[in-house]
This record gives sequence, C-alpha cells and structure tokens, in this order.
Amino acid sequence: MIMKMFNRLSSFPKGGVHPQDFKLSANRPIEFLPPPKTVTIPVSQHFGAPAIPIVKTGDKVKIGQVIAKADGFMSTNIHATVSGIVLRIEKCMDVSGYKRLAVVIDSQGEEWLEGVDLSRNFKADIVLTASEIIKKVQQDGLAGLGGATFPLHVKLSPPKGKQAEILLINGVECEPYLTADHRLMLEKGPEIMVGIKILMKALDVRKALIGIEANKIDAIEHLSKLAKDFHNIDVIALQVKYPQGAEKQLVEAMIGRQVPIGGLPIDVGCVVQNVGTAFAVYESIQKNKPLIERVVTVAGESLKRSSNFLVRLGTPISYLIEIAGGLPEDTGKIISGGPMMGKALNTPEVPVVKGTSGILVLSRSFSKRDPVLPCIRCARCVSHCPLGLEPYLLMNLVGKAMYEEAEQEMIMNCCECGSCAYVCPAKRPLLDSIRLGKSFIAQQRKERVKP
Amino acid sequence: MMYTVIVSVFLLSLTGILSGVILYFVAKKFQISEDPRIDAVEAVLPGVNCGGCGYPGCRKFAEACVLAKNLDNLFCPVGGNKGMIEVSKILGLDVAEKEPKVAVVRCNGSLKNRPRINEYDGEAQCKIVHNLYTGETGCSYGCLGFADCVRACKFDAITINKETLLPVVDEKKCVACGACVKACPRHLIELRYQGKDNQRVFVSCSNPEKGSIARKNCSAACIGCGKCFKACAFDAIKIGENLAYIDFKKCTLCRKCVSQCPTGAIHEVNFKLASDNQVQETKVNV
Repeated sequence: MIMKMFNRLSSFPKGGVHPQDFKLSANRPIEFLPPPKTVTIPVSQHFGAPAIPIVKTGDKVKIGQVIAKADGFMSTNIHATVSGIVLRIEKCMDVSGYKRLAVVIDSQGEEWLEGVDLSRNFKADIVLTASEIIKKVQQDGLAGLGGATFPLHVKLSPPKGKQAEILLINGVECEPYLTADHRLMLEKGPEIMVGIKILMKALDVRKALIGIEANKIDAIEHLSKLAKDFHNIDVIALQVKYPQGAEKQLVEAMIGRQVPIGGLPIDVGCVVQNVGTAFAVYESIQKNKPLIERVVTVAGESLKRSSNFLVRLGTPISYLIEIAGGLPEDTGKIISGGPMMGKALNTPEVPVVKGTSGILVLSRSFSKRDPVLPCIRCARCVSHCPLGLEPYLLMNLVGKAMYEEAEQEMIMNCCECGSCAYVCPAKRPLLDSIRLGKSFIAQQRKERVKP
Repeated sequence: MMYTVIVSVFLLSLTGILSGVILYFVAKKFQISEDPRIDAVEAVLPGVNCGGCGYPGCRKFAEACVLAKNLDNLFCPVGGNKGMIEVSKILGLDVAEKEPKVAVVRCNGSLKNRPRINEYDGEAQCKIVHNLYTGETGCSYGCLGFADCVRACKFDAITINKETLLPVVDEKKCVACGACVKACPRHLIELRYQGKDNQRVFVSCSNPEKGSIARKNCSAACIGCGKCFKACAFDAIKIGENLAYIDFKKCTLCRKCVSQCPTGAIHEVNFKLASDNQVQETKVNV
C-alpha cells in the first residue's frame, strides 16, 4: 500500500527547498509537563484583536476559567491554564521582545472548572449542531495551532456566497526539528479523526483529506488504518519539501487548485486546518476542555533531552529548557518555532503561547550568520520562491525605499518562508528586507484607508 | 559625379534652412516665460538638495518662494537666517528671523549605562533590526546603534562614538535638515533650539516604561519621578508616560532640574562646569 502511495506523491509545483530535517525528537512520546509555579498568559495569542482581561489582581481562578474576553469577531477568549491567584496584570515581554498585556497567575493546587471531562473515555458521537460547534470553539479560545493562530471560528464561518467543499488537514510539519504534530498523529489518532469529523460537520463538507509528508511513514500508516472506518476521510502522502505546510502551497499540493493572489483557500472551496487544531477541537467539543495546553517540541543537538511536551500555555520557555536538561554552554540562539520561520528570542523568560510549536536551542557555530556578500545574480532565490516572486529585486527596491514599485512586484504576496535567504550563496538577508518592506507597506495601506 | 554633389549640398542646405525657420516659429509660439527670479533665488540657495525645507530640492524651494506671498512658512535650514535674508532681498518680501535648531539624540544608553544582553549578527541596519526585535539591549525604546542616522546625514554631522555606541551630533556641521529624524526608526532624534550661546538642556531618554523596569535595563533612564518637574519654576517640564520632556520654548536654561535628576538623564550642553557650591545651593533651596 505504501508503495502505491509513493507512486503518486504530489507536491506544489514551483520552488521550495529541502533543508536537512533534523527530527531529533521523532521517537520521543509526548510527555506531560507539570504546570510551573507562575504562568504569564498574554491576552493577544491569536491573529486579530487582543482579548480584554476580565479578572482583577488577587482574584482566584480555576483551570479553564475565562480570564480575558474576545474583543469582537476577530478575536478569541483566553483561559486560565493553572488554578491559583492572579498576581498582576501588566505588560510582559512576548516572543518578539516587545511588551504586551498579560495576566500573571500564581499556581496553587489543581482545581478545574466544573464541567470539564477529565476522564480518559473516548467519545466518538457528535451531539452539537454546526452553529453550536462554531460558538463553542470561539468560547474555548481555539485558534489555528500551526503557528499563524488564526481564530478557528472565523475560518469555520465562510463569507456569504462561498461554500467549502473539502477540508484539508495539515499534518505536513515541513519545518526541520519540529515533531509535535507527528507525535500527536501517532498518539492521538482516533481523537484527531473525531476532531476532523466535527470540523466537517461545522463546515458542512463531505470530504476531508489529511496531508502528511513522506518522511512520517508511521503516521501515514497509522492514520490510513484509522481512516478506513471513516469513508469520507483520506490520507495523502506528500513529497518532502519546504514550505509545504504553508496554506497556499498545501492546497496546490493536495488538490491541485491555486489560491488566487490576495485570496484565501475558501476562494477555491477548501479550508485548511492543522492536526493540532483538530485535536484541540475534539477536546473542546467532546470533553468540554478549553485550549489551555499544546504540544511543544523542545530540541537541539547539544540539548540533553530533546523531546515533545504537553505544556500549559503561559509556561516560561526557560522552564521548558530546564526540564529538557538545561541550557547547553555553546548555545547561540534560542528559537521559538521552526528554524526556517521561527523567531530568535531575546531572553528565555517569555511564555509559551498558542502559536508556539517548538523551542529550538541551536549551537553558536550552527546558528551564526555568514558575512553578507554582493549579489551575483544567480537567480537561485527566484527559482526557489514558491510564490514566483523575485526576492533579489524586492530586496533592492526596499533598500532604495521604492515601496510602490515593491508593491507592484507583489511583495505583499510573500509568505515569509525564507527559502530565498536559505538558498542564497551570497548569504544576503533577503527575508529581513522583504519583511521590512511588507511592514512598511502594510502601515501605508492602513493610513490610506483612514479618512 | 559633380551633379550628385551639387544636388545633395543644395538639398541639405534647403532642409536646414527650412527646419531652422520652422523651429524659430515653434520656439516663438510655445515659449515658456519663466520668472527670472527663480534662477536668482536658486543661485543664493546652498544647492545641497537635502530636502530639509520640505521641498524635493533647491529648485522647487526657489519656485515655491517666488510663488509665495510671504515667507513665513518657508525656511531653508541650511542657509539659515542669512540665506533667507538674501532670498527676501531678491523677492522684496519681509522675513522673520527664526531661531536656529540643532539635532539632539534623546538616548543615553551607552555601553556602560545599558549592558548588551544578546548579540545580533544579521544585517546592520536600524530599521531592519527594529522590525525584527527589540535590539541587543533590554531597552526596547533606545538607540540600536546601527547608524541609520549617520548614513542619512548629508553633512557628515553625525558619527557613532565607538566607546558608547551612540550617535554624536557635530553642532558645527548640523544644519537641522531633519533627515536623521526621519531615518531613526525609534524616533530618538529631535530638532531643538540651539539656545543662547549654543547652550541646551534636554532629557536624554525616550523610554516610557515604568521607572523600575526602565532603570533595570538602563542606569541612565528617565524614571518619571517628577523631581525635575517640581524644581522647574517656569513650567517648562512635562511628565507623561513615565517620561519627562523639557519644552525648549519655555526653558530658560536655569539648570535647576539637572542636579535634581537621580539618574542623570537630563543633559546640559556647552555649559561651563558648575561649581560644587552652586549645586549645593540649588539643593538647599528646594
């Protein structure tokens, strides 16, 4: 059966790179991590408006209790991830190093909110209706756990006149090092399947496809076996290629449809969700458990115990590294996320949030940037760009502050996958410049709309 | 043979004369009369095209001057008052004298005051670093030290001090064109009045965080304690967002605030060193 799958391995047609995959923790089962003494829960963990805190300093909170309410449609609730007392509500450093509002809770005991099903029973029957599901996932603070943290209820309610036909489940995990989704697929297969069923019901679609890269053969086998019981769910094995986990590339790789410029997958009749999200949906709908924890890969060559942990949101990253054997001496960079798209941290004293898929501890020699040389016009960046952009040109335009021309060259279409900077033989900081241009143009666009 | 030469010479001369006549009439018909004063004004302008006046070059500024009814809103910072008087002489307009300005850097996070907590090895441009993260120090408001202002300055007036890693403005060279103000992604550079005898007092910090946090990251940070505010008799100091700001229009350069600042965030420029007695006196008075 696997041979048959390999014969028709598909992928996105243009660009992409093949970084060495370094999946150090692929064989390590998910470990439950006891909650730390204090958690710092930022109120802005999702794409969209930050939630508004509704607790006060000194309040007693239980696990799963709402501590910040969604501010409008494009926002989700934030929940307490430990039980205890709210120490303070203040601006704390987030992954970018800038300070954002957060609720700091002192952990005391393990008291759950009433109604949360903590038993190990597996529930397969879906009781709620589609509209109830969408309401429930917003209440439970669900956001895309792949990294972009787009609020789930927004994706589940397509704009008028557009109907989803296919649900695509992203089990690609194309970033090197990360194994959180891989382990989740192996260990929580049935739950993920029910989660997909729930998502299908909410979206009213008949078909769901799970895309998994061919370097996770055990996960492909496991989920294919489970999928036999669900005749609408199929598993597709995909070629190993970065950035296959990006939404637009995944849609093209799996069903051959191209998402239009500036459009969303719903424009071509599909919705993409991460396997982690599918599991969180199961927990929310079947077990009444809000999004308070996620699987995080902690990995690094010189780290003593690279592994996958089930972590409460708000746990300081330094605590995670401590559990994984402490910070090695030759550490050069600590990265939140994958090595391609992740962010190097200013300090490890920042919390795990909904979008944190991994913590990487890279050695100094491995993570050091090479000196920048002049462009030799080899056009490798052009041939490796999955979106067909010309990164060298965009970098030059941004460098000369020619933002309008850069906008015409579709700079805003860039998905920031970093393939261009990865392949550049002159080690030019292509992505940094493009990011700068994008943020500048985004600001300009905002100001244009203003009266 | 001879015939060919004569014909071609004749034809070419004829075409030449005809085109000349046509060009003459076209030039007459479509002649654009330009105010000769534009050239005259441009001649007295410095001609550096720095954009400090707000126009895209000296020529455009000259055109604007000629078209304007008064020169109140037009000022060339490079030529200064002298230059504007010459412009006004050509145009026969009055010009009010403006107090000259100079760029000041409102950050004092030198290596000693603000230790580096991480190392950045990417592209050395302030705007890129600012876009990526908070910078090498704990202060997310202070100078990044990658010299975007130095590159923006057309007059070589800013250099990075190698010991402090902070930009230093050469007051003699600075013309207050404002190019560095625009170049700084953290908005640390401000154009302030040069002041009497080139003396100035200003708060050299831009961090609006709470005092304790700001102080943790930088020992020379303004902590918003309000001591300078109480010491000022001229209502020139405002405290907002944990940060003091001295209004250079109201400041009389009495310098009472300088000795009050517990972190040394208030800077005095070009004053003679205050004797110990004076400092003690002010302390007793307050």
